[in-house]
Amino acid sequence: MEVFDVRLHLLWSDILIFLLVASLCAFIVTVVRNPLARKRWSQVFESRIGSASFLVILFYVLVALTDSVHFQKKLDQAGDSGEVHYAPEVTSLLDLALAPMLGRDEKTYSAPFAIHSFAKESMELPEGGVTRDYPRLEHGGSHLDDDSQHGADIVVKSMTVIGWTLVPVLILIFLHHSLMKKRSSRLPWPVIYFTFSAIVVVSSWALYMSQFYHVLGTDKVGQDVLYGAVKAVRTGVLIGTLATLVTLPLAVLLGISAGYFRGWIDDVVQYIYTTLNSIPGILLIAASVLLIDVYIETHPEQFKLLSDRADFKFVALCFILGMTSWTGLCRLLRAETLKLSQLEYVQAAHAFGVSRWRVIMRHILPNTTHLILIALVLDFSGFVLAEAVLSYIGVGVDPSMKSWGNMINEARAELAREPVVWWSVIAAFILMFVLVLAANLFSDRVRDAFDPRMSGSGDNK
Amino acid sequence: MLAYIIRRLIYAIPILIGVNLLTFALFFVVNTPEQMARVQLGDKHVTEEAVQEWKAQRGYDKPLLINGDAEGAGAFTETIFFEKSLSLFALDFGKSDAGRNIAADIEQRMWPSLAVALPTFIIGISVNIAFALFVVMFRASIFDTSAMILCVGLMSVSGVFYVIAGQFFFAKEWSLVPISGYLGGADAWRFLLLPVIIGVISGIGGGTRLYRTLFLEEANKDYVRTARAKGVAELTVLFRHILPNGMIPILTSVVVVIPSLFMGSLLVESFFGIPGLGSYTLDAIQAQDFAIVRSMVFLGSVLYIIGLLLTDISYTLVDPRVRLS
Repeated sequence: MEVFDVRLHLLWSDILIFLLVASLCAFIVTVVRNPLARKRWSQVFESRIGSASFLVILFYVLVALTDSVHFQKKLDQAGDSGEVHYAPEVTSLLDLALAPMLGRDEKTYSAPFAIHSFAKESMELPEGGVTRDYPRLEHGGSHLDDDSQHGADIVVKSMTVIGWTLVPVLILIFLHHSLMKKRSSRLPWPVIYFTFSAIVVVSSWALYMSQFYHVLGTDKVGQDVLYGAVKAVRTGVLIGTLATLVTLPLAVLLGISAGYFRGWIDDVVQYIYTTLNSIPGILLIAASVLLIDVYIETHPEQFKLLSDRADFKFVALCFILGMTSWTGLCRLLRAETLKLSQLEYVQAAHAFGVSRWRVIMRHILPNTTHLILIALVLDFSGFVLAEAVLSYIGVGVDPSMKSWGNMINEARAELAREPVVWWSVIAAFILMFVLVLAANLFSDRVRDAFDPRMSGSGDNK
Repeated sequence: MLAYIIRRLIYAIPILIGVNLLTFALFFVVNTPEQMARVQLGDKHVTEEAVQEWKAQRGYDKPLLINGDAEGAGAFTETIFFEKSLSLFALDFGKSDAGRNIAADIEQRMWPSLAVALPTFIIGISVNIAFALFVVMFRASIFDTSAMILCVGLMSVSGVFYVIAGQFFFAKEWSLVPISGYLGGADAWRFLLLPVIIGVISGIGGGTRLYRTLFLEEANKDYVRTARAKGVAELTVLFRHILPNGMIPILTSVVVVIPSLFMGSLLVESFFGIPGLGSYTLDAIQAQDFAIVRSMVFLGSVLYIIGLLLTDISYTLVDPRVRLS
């Protein structure tokens, strides 16, 4: 596909994530049609924490999605035969949005908002002789005429951009608010407005400021840390969603059929999950990841671009993570199905001669949705955290791929330096913490709304 | 009871065979014994004879799963898989591919693992129960709500950050304890302090939340209300009624991990450079030493199955209504 002077180059994970979004849309349609599910979900969104954390997750997902449209740029020089060549690396839509942070690499570390390098260097003085001092950064604060204005410049620029973004955001909120007055809605609008404006202001501030400074400093090779941390959003979000997606069919299919059919099917399923459970999870993951590494090494012809290789490993990692963690949900579903299939209405359906398939689809599956939903949302944050640990011990995503785990891994050596290079750890920490916290809070709300035990007792209010 | 235990142990055999098959498959899908030999011997200047000798010495010179040349049962028994698995069932771990005695290694590395895992486990559970009980005492108050938000916050921090922050502040900035490493004998506590503290702290968020739910469930039961109605003091209710009964689900749920404590924690050990079984396994995976990985996975599975059995037995001990059959 050729549009303008780029060529679309979708990675496997891109295709999977867009399929996922499509199925999510289908899910939303079914929820809206079903009155009971709609009631439950509106309970989630009517809580302040629920809607605020959902907005934050939505923002992360949007960033990940814009980072999932990859294309190759056309190279300037055309070949002799008029043949068109494309850049060997892929660019994403997000890279275009983050353009101010790209191509402004310094030599090495520099602190957030610094205008001088972090390490001393020998420099030749104009009047002869050599001195050791912190050299001026090439890009950070290069617009300043006078270095003494540094501090004032940051404050003035921040104020300007915050002011300029707050005005349209406030107008938007005001318009929406006055329109909403006519219709009654129970959504906690003040919290939604606040979260929305916080997200918009912070992201536009960071984007604007990074035209002039390195907002979160630069790393060892002089790359902007903020750029890396934002690129890692895709890795985190995708690993959470894709791995969850892998667990779902396995757990649902095996769990429900074990509980419903019993007999030898139950024995086989129980055998499979006990066997998988009894192997320490990390061992299984590490062994599988090494296997993938060997496969990539022995089949280089299948991976044209470097990012194809990294992406293959990434998708494989999602599958492995999913394969090793479906057993918990499977067990829950099996127990629940065992219980459900004893109930009168299922017995009645059998007596009426309803086929087994229809019984499962109409009577069993809908009544286990709350379990599936709770497990899905809970797993998401678990996978995001697991990525960091796995990358840290060297069996995670490819080192060439930006991820929070890889950032932390690199930061290991930086923390031993004197003075400490703290910004890349902090950047990874904050971005990851916000996502996982939002996911955890959201899953709490989902559990409160969907778990029959919770809604009965009313403790968790 | 005895019959039940014996039956459960017999059930364990197919599971262990499955575990073996899985590790075996994972290792040999991409790796042939040929490649293993070359990795172990070093890539350069390896003659065909040396490879063959290496394979023969370690018993890798037979077919992997099915021996087409042998007759009858020999088709399955004269294979790498059968011979290697059989010796594991006799708990004979043999020698690692690099030539070390695995059983001796395990015996030696078990103690550091245990020295970290056991205190972490015991202190962790006690701290979590204490916190949970404290929160339950002030249930449905602003303190309860804020404590739960704090717990979710603690849960949302990656374990890696706890390790990094701990090593940075305790070891580097304040020089209270060594950053990593291990020493046997009386000095060991200095090396153990940080891993144990980090292990406990990283579990507080999730543990407190879970135990609070369990205690709350107990606190809403009729007998607790009756006790309060009779005028029993709130603290007495908490310690005499809620705590002992809430402990039942907690203890039965943690029993399963007790045997696995021997295996140590892969992560904590590799972060803190503790020469335990966790880091042993991780090193073996990275060095592609199949013999060690196989033995450790097998050992881990055996301990897990023992843990499951102990869980069942503990149910009968705490609840006389449960009968094993």
